[in-house]
Amino acid sequence: MAAYAVFTYLHPRKPKKMTELASKQRPKRPEFRNINAFKDLTTYRLPLAGFVSILHRISGAIMFLLMPFIIWMFDTSISSEISFEKFKAAFNVGMLGLPGVLWKLVALALIWAYLHHFIAGLRHLWMDISHAAINLQFGKSSAIATLALSIGLTFVLGAKLFGLY
Amino acid sequence: MSVNFGAKRLAVGAHYGLRDWLGQSVTAALMALFTLLVLAQLVFSKGPIGYDQWAGIFSSQWMKALTFTIIIALLFHVWVGMRNIWMDYIKPVWLRLSLQVFTIVWLVACGGWAIQVLWRL
Repeated sequence: MAAYAVFTYLHPRKPKKMTELASKQRPKRPEFRNINAFKDLTTYRLPLAGFVSILHRISGAIMFLLMPFIIWMFDTSISSEISFEKFKAAFNVGMLGLPGVLWKLVALALIWAYLHHFIAGLRHLWMDISHAAINLQFGKSSAIATLALSIGLTFVLGAKLFGLY
Repeated sequence: MSVNFGAKRLAVGAHYGLRDWLGQSVTAALMALFTLLVLAQLVFSKGPIGYDQWAGIFSSQWMKALTFTIIIALLFHVWVGMRNIWMDYIKPVWLRLSLQVFTIVWLVACGGWAIQVLWRL
């Protein structure tokens, strides 16, 4: 089956020729093929719900790629008191030749990613459950709430992480 | 829309059903509840949170069993999510399949490590 899928990808069927229904006097309709990521996408005005959606995806991908770092944090913070000190030192002093501030920034990125993914996910779950939530108004207001909460909480926790209070 | 079912079904496509969507939703709800559970234990612990308080949360057998379940839920959740990303943006079948295999290797390796950390505690 996989071999067949490769075959169909390499040799897509040619579109059927226009039938007599589409006669000559009809004006040629504009054809929209693949949009260009740099020329076309940048002219799109993405609604706030669209930003929440793409950030949901980006935050998920960040957590996927940083998963070994997350498990490293789980490992060193929980295995022993000695490793716990190592865990703290990574953020306060540094690790692998990189300063602690940089590791704190990575942690802050993860904090944002988790908060955004969590809140946007709850929004999705609520929309799956409630028929009253499936409308433009709720889509927009809940998108604003998601962005405000996730960014606000990231600032609060980030301030704590960097020792501002 | 090209025909993609029956003999022409795309091997690296979705499975055209509710299972993955429902699975991702259910695992999301489980992980959200787990987050609140861990958070509550941190918030209601007395004094500054040191190693003892933190490791204590995961020391009981029921918490280990629950965390193990959550790790498995996470792996499935991430698999569906990453597969969706590859399906949306990566069109060549060989590249998509390679990235899907990489995703599975990455997730299973991370899962094994996390479970080892959990149960040697």
